[in-house]
Amino acid sequence: MQTPTLVVVLLALMALAFHLGRRRSFTVATRCGGIKALHSLPSHYGTLTAMWCAIPAAIVLFVWVAFEPTVIEHLVVGALPADYRALPAERLSLVINDVKNMVSGNVVSRDPDPAMRAAAAHYQNLERISAAALSVVVLAIAIGGVSIGWRMVSPRTRARNKVEIVVKYFLIISSTVAVFTTLGIVLSVLFESIRFFGRVPISEFLFGLNWSPQTAIRDDQVGSSGAFGAIPLFAGTLMISFIAMLVAAPIGLFSAIYLAEYATPRVRSIAKPLLEILAGIPTVVYGFFAALTVAPFVRDTGNAIGLEVSSESALAAGFVMGIMLIPFVSSLSDDVINAVPQSLRDGAYALGATRSEMIKQIVLPAALPGVIGGLLLAVSRAIGETMIVVMAAGLAANLTANPLDAVTTVTVQIVTLLVGDQEFDSAKTLAAFALGLLLFVVTLALNIVALHVVRKYREQYD
Amino acid sequence: MITQASPQTEESMDTGKPAPSRTASIGTRSRVSNKALDDRGFSETVGDITVDQPRMQTRDVNVYYGDKQAIKDVSLDIGRNEVVAMIGPSGCGKSTFIRCLNRMNDTIEGCRVTGTITLDKQDIYDPTLDVVQLRARVGMVFQKPNPFPKSIYDNVAYGPRIHGLVSSRMETDEIVQRSLERAGLWSEVKDRLTSSGTGLSGGQQQRLCIARAIAVSPDVILMDEPCSALDPIATARIEELIDELRENYTIAIVTHSMQQAARVSQRTAYFHLGDLVEVGETNQIFTNPRHRLTEDYITGRFG
Repeated sequence: MQTPTLVVVLLALMALAFHLGRRRSFTVATRCGGIKALHSLPSHYGTLTAMWCAIPAAIVLFVWVAFEPTVIEHLVVGALPADYRALPAERLSLVINDVKNMVSGNVVSRDPDPAMRAAAAHYQNLERISAAALSVVVLAIAIGGVSIGWRMVSPRTRARNKVEIVVKYFLIISSTVAVFTTLGIVLSVLFESIRFFGRVPISEFLFGLNWSPQTAIRDDQVGSSGAFGAIPLFAGTLMISFIAMLVAAPIGLFSAIYLAEYATPRVRSIAKPLLEILAGIPTVVYGFFAALTVAPFVRDTGNAIGLEVSSESALAAGFVMGIMLIPFVSSLSDDVINAVPQSLRDGAYALGATRSEMIKQIVLPAALPGVIGGLLLAVSRAIGETMIVVMAAGLAANLTANPLDAVTTVTVQIVTLLVGDQEFDSAKTLAAFALGLLLFVVTLALNIVALHVVRKYREQYD
Repeated sequence: MITQASPQTEESMDTGKPAPSRTASIGTRSRVSNKALDDRGFSETVGDITVDQPRMQTRDVNVYYGDKQAIKDVSLDIGRNEVVAMIGPSGCGKSTFIRCLNRMNDTIEGCRVTGTITLDKQDIYDPTLDVVQLRARVGMVFQKPNPFPKSIYDNVAYGPRIHGLVSSRMETDEIVQRSLERAGLWSEVKDRLTSSGTGLSGGQQQRLCIARAIAVSPDVILMDEPCSALDPIATARIEELIDELRENYTIAIVTHSMQQAARVSQRTAYFHLGDLVEVGETNQIFTNPRHRLTEDYITGRFG
């Protein structure tokens, strides 16, 4: 039986086990005086039986599938003629690959000799045996599990508690998946970054004022030696994020105040989804908008009033990024403002405060820490945003404070460094990982500050 | 009688919609409501709804939440320097009634008030009247203490500041101290005026809310079950305070505790399912109720 078939059969068995366990509990219940005499509900007994059926079998299946190739390979190598086994490790792995290719019917890198044919046949044979054994073992365990579960259905078995413990561990495993993935990403970026810092000193990377990652690929090539100062990139990132927040913070906050305090339920029920549509627009579409509409408009307007504006200005990219962040800011602020208790509003009204006094002096101060938390989250999104700046901000790593100049951001540079065919041991490519690591550290710090602020806020009025 | 739909926004709250010509006159003697005797055994309010020197007068007040009528044709005078207690079972409309007296119901969606309510002979639902000024004259203390998340000092100074009653720090200091003293809280908080109002105990928070209400020197203070979230000691302290405040203010208090009504009030109004059933001297209501529903309630047969 193939593994997918086996999984389907296992699922069917599980459903059957649930049904059996549940039926069994009814039978047991009638014998000892009704459902009330049982410790748990019939569905709990059913679930328990299904778990006994599926979990041990699934674990065996998983372990088997994980180790099967290694074991088979080991056995095949062991059966190869002595002169093959004497080959160096890389050559040997080539031979193994050929054997595997022959088994799966792919093109083989050289003419197979009889020894390899024998090995391939052996391999195929072992695979067949393994599949058959796997089916037998897994199904035996599953059926054994069903019978254990079946026998456990009794008034004294605490099926509910057992089911809930299993559910708890299932939830724990689910939540650790995200944590370990993050850890994996950080580690992979970290190791590449360490390799980069082996070539470029960390002080030059952190404090250098020049960014020009072009390095000579061959020794005889005429080319720059590369300069890896991250300052211009971070300056560009911060400037664009700053412009974005200049747009997003007031507009988002004001629209949140309107939605939370002034809008009638009808207006709110229309305006809020509309605002959230803005959040659903893919950033690449914002990118078009920035590059094709806003940037030329900014340039033409600037030229009309006699300003020198480059066609890929930080202003245009930042402005569009700000538009993108408006729904983010307004939706977070709206939640926070709505969380301010009505009793505070009543208290202010009862003292004769007008609505705007009430909002300015009572609601906003109470909501401020939460609003700041939301804004910091928006900043970390602005810093990490890629698509808009790739399309609208340009590639020139200028160290400038003029928002009308072209600047580039960390994310844009990471994209350009890794797009296309790259060798993964040059300083140029590795620089992308160092930039990614630094970016990660910056946004992580911002998120920690934001979460801290939000948490502090929760203690305020309860 | 004017009909005023409750506006939904502050702007329209200030201007309102044009009122029909007002023909209602407020008599000083009791008026008779034309309600037929209904199946709850209620025909009209028993007892004298008037007082000699009324501060506030309500006539034929009806309140609707959407289609549901919360109170029906309630007419009642609230006299100067007296404490009027509203009692009655839950959902009888007593909180709704006092929330009409400073138009707090305006903030509730779909709430409509008809009838006449006057403060010193002036109609408070008059479209030309600014609800902000009304609320400065009719303060309110709520069931749950709701200090602002600001310092104790700023909590009390808030009202005077928004109404421009103070111009200097010294004046503010004075008003804050006087209000806290009157609310009986000064000695407990004078060393920590800058700490947060939310850090006080429940009883202290409620007294802070009372200090906040009296800091704007209102004529009337409305109290909506001010002690229901407090322990007996804090309750006793607030009741004492209400008795002291009576010298300077008119107070309308809603309470679930009949003992409290008996202790603090001079007149008592008994509400039942939206009707004002009986009004009278507190002594008379509790010793010699004239209406059967009142008697059933105060003897504990229901409610």
